[in-house]
Amino acid sequence: MPDTQQRLRTLVQNVAQKPAPDDPEESLFESGLLDSFALPDLVGAIENEFSIKVPDADLTPRKFDSIARMEAYLANHS
Amino acid sequence: MSAFLHGFGCALPERVVSNDELAGRLGCTSEWIESVCGIRERRWASAEQGVVELGAAAAEDCLSRTGVPASQIGMLILASGSARPGFPAPGAELAHRLGLGTTPVLDLPMASAGGLFGMVLASRLAETYGDILVVASEKMSAVIEAHPLDQNSAILFGDGAGAALVSSRPGGREILQSAIHSDGQFRNDLAYDTASALKMNGLTVIMQATRKLPAVIREVLDRAKLTPADIGTFLVHQANQNLLTRVAKSLDVPADRVFSNIARYGNTSSASLLIAAAEWDRQDPPPGPAVFAAFGAGLHWGALLAR
Repeated sequence: MPDTQQRLRTLVQNVAQKPAPDDPEESLFESGLLDSFALPDLVGAIENEFSIKVPDADLTPRKFDSIARMEAYLANHS
Repeated sequence: MSAFLHGFGCALPERVVSNDELAGRLGCTSEWIESVCGIRERRWASAEQGVVELGAAAAEDCLSRTGVPASQIGMLILASGSARPGFPAPGAELAHRLGLGTTPVLDLPMASAGGLFGMVLASRLAETYGDILVVASEKMSAVIEAHPLDQNSAILFGDGAGAALVSSRPGGREILQSAIHSDGQFRNDLAYDTASALKMNGLTVIMQATRKLPAVIREVLDRAKLTPADIGTFLVHQANQNLLTRVAKSLDVPADRVFSNIARYGNTSSASLLIAAAEWDRQDPPPGPAVFAAFGAGLHWGALLAR
């Protein structure tokens, strides 16, 4: 099975309909890859892919605005 | 204990502020504005029109349309997030203008969810106070023009007022269920305190709204053993057309099931839900129950089901 970062890259690519950035630290929003309404789609895709439920309290861009941050979030919530 | 929505009213300022006018001041294009929020124009009040003046016009429209004299009103609830801070809050002046005498007044200093919270409170108080006039009135142009224009917020907001008459008397639409919630965790992500410009962390607000609005709508529907497909119209706070579209998608209903007038009025904060309801009510509404829902600064959010 692909590692977590690769699975996240695939999710980002599917939601954005564009290639995911090479740098996992790059902000997906400041770079313009995702707009504000794509972020909920991405969180929903993460919930499905990793079989987790992201509580409302965690729904902030600080936790999901880069592949590295998403990876860290999953490491702490799996 | 039953409560009924007898009717609605609204008032919009005459002055139309087009995207072209704003784009010129903000250094963007009118097409960009419409693409990010679905708004083509909004209304801005004159210097003489404030929260009380707009609210009085909406209240009088509601009383006229429901045929209820002001003397019959047992309580006034006024929601406004843009009213000038201080005391007394504007409800007292509005009541005086409407000739309500010693009728009790509740002010709700709430932004976008204020109209919905007012209706829910009224539904619980109607048995005691009889006919309750709920008014939501906003002069958001004063908020955004009090400081240098910020592109992300200036494009969104408009002025206006809406009103609803809630009563324990049978008639109109019966309120079947309601739910309201608040969570201060994100209170700083959408805030205004007059000393500084309106602060809006759009990403956080949208993430929260896209999750909480469908959830609270399903909460009231589940209690009534209904599904989104059973609902004739969803009347949702007119925050952003993209959000309205997303709510429809989350509920798996056609996009046109969610009423929208945001293209013409922009986001009028607490007033938007009742302005939308007033327009919807005059357009020969489709059959079936209606759901009212709102989300806003606080965070506060809720939904109300009526049939």
